[in-house]
Amino acid sequence: MDTRIDFYPTHEHCGYKLRPGKPYPFGASLVPGGVNFSIFSRDATSCTLVLFEKHAAEPMVEIPFPKAFRIGNVYCMMVFGLDCENIEYGYRMDGPRDPGAGHRFDSTKILLDPYAKAIGGRDTWGAKPDWNDKFQYRGRLVFEDFDWEDDRALETPIEDLVIYEAHVRSFTRHPSSRVKFPGTFAALVEKIPYLKKLGVNCVELMPIYEFDEFENSRTNPGSGETMYNYWGYSTVAFFAPKSGYAATGKFGMQVDELKNLVKHLHRNGIEVILDVVFNHTAEGNERGPVISFRGIDNKTYYMLTPDGYYFNFSGCGNTLNCNNPIVRSMVLDCLRYWASEYHIDGFRFDLAAILGRDPWGAPLPNPPLLETLAFDPVLGKCKLIAEAWDAGGLNLLGSFPAYGRWAEWNGKFRDDARRFLRGDTGMVGRLAQRIQGSPDLYEKSGRGPTDSINFVTCHDGFSLYDLFVYNDKHNEANGENNNDGSNDNFSWNCGWEGDSDDPEVNRLRRRLVKNAALLLMVSRGVPMFLMGDEVGRTQKGNNNAYCHDNELNWMDWSLVEKNAELLRFFRNMIAFRRAHPVFRSRTYFRNRDMVGSGIADISWHGTQKWNADWSDGARVIAFMLCGRHAKEGAVRDNTVYVALNGHWDGLLFSLPAAPEGESWHIFANTGLDSPDDICEPGGEKQLVNQGEYFIGPRSAVVLVAR
Amino acid sequence: MNIAQTVINGIAVAVVSGEIDGKTAPEVQSLLLPIVVEQKTVVLDMGNVTFMSSAGLRMLLLVYRHATAESGRVALVGLSEQIRDTMSATGFLDFFVIGGSVGEAIENLKSIG
Repeated sequence: MDTRIDFYPTHEHCGYKLRPGKPYPFGASLVPGGVNFSIFSRDATSCTLVLFEKHAAEPMVEIPFPKAFRIGNVYCMMVFGLDCENIEYGYRMDGPRDPGAGHRFDSTKILLDPYAKAIGGRDTWGAKPDWNDKFQYRGRLVFEDFDWEDDRALETPIEDLVIYEAHVRSFTRHPSSRVKFPGTFAALVEKIPYLKKLGVNCVELMPIYEFDEFENSRTNPGSGETMYNYWGYSTVAFFAPKSGYAATGKFGMQVDELKNLVKHLHRNGIEVILDVVFNHTAEGNERGPVISFRGIDNKTYYMLTPDGYYFNFSGCGNTLNCNNPIVRSMVLDCLRYWASEYHIDGFRFDLAAILGRDPWGAPLPNPPLLETLAFDPVLGKCKLIAEAWDAGGLNLLGSFPAYGRWAEWNGKFRDDARRFLRGDTGMVGRLAQRIQGSPDLYEKSGRGPTDSINFVTCHDGFSLYDLFVYNDKHNEANGENNNDGSNDNFSWNCGWEGDSDDPEVNRLRRRLVKNAALLLMVSRGVPMFLMGDEVGRTQKGNNNAYCHDNELNWMDWSLVEKNAELLRFFRNMIAFRRAHPVFRSRTYFRNRDMVGSGIADISWHGTQKWNADWSDGARVIAFMLCGRHAKEGAVRDNTVYVALNGHWDGLLFSLPAAPEGESWHIFANTGLDSPDDICEPGGEKQLVNQGEYFIGPRSAVVLVAR
Repeated sequence: MNIAQTVINGIAVAVVSGEIDGKTAPEVQSLLLPIVVEQKTVVLDMGNVTFMSSAGLRMLLLVYRHATAESGRVALVGLSEQIRDTMSATGFLDFFVIGGSVGEAIENLKSIG
């Protein structure tokens, strides 16, 4: 029996039955018999709800909010009898047109609800938009009744994660992927067995919030190809999944399709982290389109200069005013929504240093947004990961306000690892810090090794294979005369720029890729690598492939066979890390014996045992992890010895003794050709000579004692 | 809208037809639920269903929930490729027993008990 008396209409407009709405939650919510619409604007003088039939050019009705339907600065109204699947909605707001004072109201525009949970208008990827349509990005209503059964966020301890950074479309768009609906959430489900076999237990998805691939799209003068906003680091709607990433987007079922992907990943023990872009929006600067925020409450949502222009700390035209209390609430509502409604396990925040700036751009010592997210109950078990810098020159690497919750993409791990791997001198001391989880960056402020997301490659910059194929970026295809993209790549082409026929060059390149994988997996902290690195994916030297919907970004699945050797190395290396708790800890090494084993938790060696060469000219480092110190002595693991030879000559290493009664067994040696380069964990063969071991040029070795 | 109902090998088979969307789903639901409540396990022959919207799929899941509440099952037969793909991509398919024919669906239902 319906016992509520407040879900019945009290008003009417053009045949549509209405009643005063509820201010919370913001957005459009299904209520018995109708829909509750609620939207904030501080400075609007009036607001009109605009309803369309799905895909219609003209509205079916415009319903002005009666004065009595505004509570404070919130316009709220229930509308009854709507066919929820077949309507699209937006708003008109009137108010001051005074850009100098920060106001850009324009009641001729139909505005997208910032809280819209699904978007129409870009239903299918790459379908050319009708730019004459007066309402480009249309709010839609969603059912929030997905049947999760017993699924929930996995809450994998962060020290146990191995993160795989992937782009939804790129992962399965290539014809070689052989999936039914290439480039979609559904196709990703088909590839879960691959991820599982690889051994990663977390995928970090590049932006999946609705964006417009046609934003600033243009034709490449050389190839005639369309260049897109392909990666999607430009959000249109923070609460809505990208329709074009869903095979069912054309039926408006992207919400269910993404939830189904998360459910299936979880079922296979794989967490989902979303790459979220809260630093700016797709509205650009004052010359950009009016989509949503600009017309709803420009002054609240954006950081503005004293004369009403847009601050541009994002490098993308505008900056979201994150530490304004309204915007802060929106970000919080958004993340809570994704955590609770989509069971998302964590978030990686693009250009997160911006989230620590005040409304005038100055860095805050105690940024309310970052603190709010860190202490939020709903987000209490989510991983929070910052890209701790921004495009305005603020770099908070190591000093990001963490509140015991925030981890960081460790750009220093990337740079130092690359430089060591290519053979630079002066890197040994720094690499030792990276191997230990970068205590030099995090320990003094009371943080731990899992605050360091270790990576050698990510979507920005070279792929791992290209790192050893190109000295210089080759971004000509981006159409900016190779001026875009970073110049600090710390790469090395092994003597020949680009693809090579020389078997020795190719051998060296494979070895360096393996060295990188090895270094990543034996280092304390949380390893992450880029989709395709495990099979030698190339971007042809392009280190800023943000605009290409083609092979420069797509994962070529024929590499799984072609570079099976690399894939096998990655798999076994990941399995080794996951098999040995000695690599995975929330605390730093103490560099001394804490458990009475007779040796330190970590000890340092060189070509001579117990005698690491820390001098500037050194290119060699070895270390031994004491198995009795695993998990601070709580569990017993094998003792492991790792040697990294960055020198171009092979060198003889004297080995520290294995623990009493045990002997060294060889797990990996990148100096040997496949299949002798690595074995499956547990299948290690005993070393004949326990006293010394020859390690080839630019090679790395892992020994395990038992 | 009407739903033809037969009993084959002791299992109820209901033939659903037409487009099932937000407008028609409530009616289909009102016709299917009594069958499920009475028979517990049911085969839905969807061969004449030309379109299923999100609301249609939710209606099916509701029917499934009613069936499982009575320890029954729901099998689907004759899904068009498009409906099947949509159900697969969104996870709805996972809840149902699927058969290529009514006979096969009944076999599959019986094999899982």
